[in-house]
Amino acid sequence: MSSTFDTVANIIAETCDIPRDKITPDSHAIDDLGIDSLDFLDIAFAIDKAFGIKLPLEQWTQEVNEGKASTEQYFVLKNLCERIDGLVAAKGG
Amino acid sequence: MKLETFELVDRVEEFSPAEGRIRAHGIVPPTESKVFEGHFPGYPLLPGVLLIEFMAQTAGWLVLARGGFNQLGVLAAVREAKLRSAVLPGAEITAEAELVHEGSGYAVIAARVFNSQKLAADAELTLRALPVPNEEFMLAMRKRAQVLGLLVQA
Repeated sequence: MSSTFDTVANIIAETCDIPRDKITPDSHAIDDLGIDSLDFLDIAFAIDKAFGIKLPLEQWTQEVNEGKASTEQYFVLKNLCERIDGLVAAKGG
Repeated sequence: MKLETFELVDRVEEFSPAEGRIRAHGIVPPTESKVFEGHFPGYPLLPGVLLIEFMAQTAGWLVLARGGFNQLGVLAAVREAKLRSAVLPGAEITAEAELVHEGSGYAVIAARVFNSQKLAADAELTLRALPVPNEEFMLAMRKRAQVLGLLVQA
């Protein structure tokens, strides 16, 4: 997870011009880091490229809008990284 | 091209859904067009933003057609846009758009405009893929796609 987190944190720092030391595993991308949906598209593109996956943003957004999931489940970075690891493992397996 | 109504694509010359590629053609209106009265008096030039729009519309047709006319590509970001040479009234220009990455709910597309084989503009575009807003929109787009040669039957 730690290397996944480092990669994601670096992507966020570069894409959104946020100081790297402000980004922690417990940071909420929206509430704590102030990342908006357009910036998140850039981040998703960089994550997709870096890990060779496709983040299911549409599905996540739908689940949050329907109250089936909380934003914390997807947008707190340690949780986001867990999901990235899961997608990478699913791709490899 | 009808600049007043923002209909910049006149014809789709090539569409490869599997490869995520499209090529579109447009003829810039003559000097008498309203837009050239102000841009600029005595020196008519196609505004650079319209070259970006031409690329965005071409990319939009790519997203729309690849999604079976069930998803609309809305311009969300323009990166590294370069306007390399002036485009004059009457020019016949071509836009090429190629899918760089199709994510969940968005597409990143590399686009270029050529003016007589010479590169006139290029950019990397991000389009959000949204569900088509209503039946009227979808039918209008299918009809327009038929005019452009993108669809055989609307």
